[in-house]
Amino acid sequence: MTTATTMKKSEAARRVRRALLFVLSLLLVAGVWEIYKTVGPEAGGKIFGWKLLPRSNNHAMPHVWDMLTRYNRPELRGSDRKIWSVVLAGAWFSFRLALVGFAIGSTLGLGLSILMARFKIAERGILPYLVVSQTVPLIALAPLVVSWGGKLHIAGWTWPRWMSAAVLGAFLAFFPVAVGALKGLTSAPSASLELMDSYAASWWQTLRKLRFPAAIPFIVPSLKLAASASVIGVVVAEISTGLKGGIGRLIIEYAREATSDPAKVFTAVFGAAVLGLAMSGFVTLADMYMMRNRPKEASA
Amino acid sequence: MSAVEITNISKAFNLGSSNQVDALTDINLSIASGEFVSLIGPSGCGKSTLLRLIANLIEPTSGNLVVKGKSAKQARLDQDYGMAFQQSGLFEWRTVAKNIELPLELKGWDKAKRHERALEMLELVKLSDFAHHYPWQLSGGMQQRVAIARALAVHPSLLLMDEPFGALDEMTREHMQSELLSICRASGTTVVFVTHSIPEAVYLSNRVVVMSPRPGRVTEIVDVSIEGERNDATRDNAAFFKGITAVREALRGVEMSDHVRGIEDR
Repeated sequence: MTTATTMKKSEAARRVRRALLFVLSLLLVAGVWEIYKTVGPEAGGKIFGWKLLPRSNNHAMPHVWDMLTRYNRPELRGSDRKIWSVVLAGAWFSFRLALVGFAIGSTLGLGLSILMARFKIAERGILPYLVVSQTVPLIALAPLVVSWGGKLHIAGWTWPRWMSAAVLGAFLAFFPVAVGALKGLTSAPSASLELMDSYAASWWQTLRKLRFPAAIPFIVPSLKLAASASVIGVVVAEISTGLKGGIGRLIIEYAREATSDPAKVFTAVFGAAVLGLAMSGFVTLADMYMMRNRPKEASA
Repeated sequence: MSAVEITNISKAFNLGSSNQVDALTDINLSIASGEFVSLIGPSGCGKSTLLRLIANLIEPTSGNLVVKGKSAKQARLDQDYGMAFQQSGLFEWRTVAKNIELPLELKGWDKAKRHERALEMLELVKLSDFAHHYPWQLSGGMQQRVAIARALAVHPSLLLMDEPFGALDEMTREHMQSELLSICRASGTTVVFVTHSIPEAVYLSNRVVVMSPRPGRVTEIVDVSIEGERNDATRDNAAFFKGITAVREALRGVEMSDHVRGIEDR
């Protein structure tokens, strides 16, 4: 009992320490940013003839303080909407799309991995295409998905515009899940498989009772990758399909104003970063729940 | 009725290819119900292969195998035997009780009934306090006891064990041997037991089957006749030492051919 409470206490202390470290690292990045601004060359610089050093003027690198205070000023001159609420709304919009993309992508990835684990021939037939699929640039794919989607009319249901962005998020998200889960599903030790054989367990029983639980430590990191991939997919898709309302659209809009209002684009960039963090935090919570009873060194 | 009837069994791996390995040739062995039989021999003699054939985890190349009066496959489908390996093979995501329930779950038992059986099994291996622990919270010896409880959960009349105590320290090992014997005595279980250890084989068995490699075959079957119930005092018994000597002699003719690397030496 006492050991359990001390363990809980040290666990809490560890969390606090980690949170502090995170804040500290943010401050460190901000500090390095500001230091470079004071010592770095205003108009950029060359190292061995290569233009490597970024410009440190206020247009290219606004002060951290300016970026932060920008959140509390209106989006447009004369508008009464503060930019933080615009960025927040955009992030929330994209978050929902990314979530849909993540759900579609990981379901598809999991399904493919089960198919490949079940039939060796499917693995040989499908896996190369999966790899190739990831080399297709998303920007090339985006207009295709939009036009295919636009042609879909199933029983009165029409393809909403946001669905294209979610599908493109799913397109990036399914790959790590398919590959990671396949590795996990085939990771069960042969002794355990033999044990299931000795019980005359069917393939599905073996999948449910052995292969799938054994695959969890492989699936979770792949879900983390999928979470951030779905965010990237959605953001890029918003930009290349011209979908309004999301954080990707804000980034491209604000970037046009970079010369007059350089801090503005950063507010949207940070919004996208927070969005990615929220997605992977979501998976981390799921991870902690699923791995709560496993030996600690096995958790990834 | 004999529990296992092995007639002219042979097993070759990679049959017909250039790297064909004759793991077993022409094995004949009859194991009576309630008997404790050990398979012993150097690596590569096919003792694990023989056990896997009985378990129907692999199919023989030729010969006839009858387990519990039916084909080995039918015996496996009917879960007529329980099996335990050198690695306990417990599922780390299941509690001790849930691990023991696994074979019952697969058989479609209802929840209350299988939990009751799991607790009964835990009492048998003296781990009642650990039902809701996870395997990784247990010592190696305790894990192996759970694995044995799992193997016994369906109340099989035949127990197949592949070096189940191989990874344990000597003290735990001797303790587990005595416990296994008392469990089997109480339940009348037939046991086929693969081991590397001569004292272990002699202490546990009614008969020790000595095997030789390349190709795997039975060279001798040593009867162990120790009077009365076996317990720790048995280890100082003259009959025990006589058995050890007999098995060692039988192995001596075997072991010393050139260095043999096992194809199946788990």
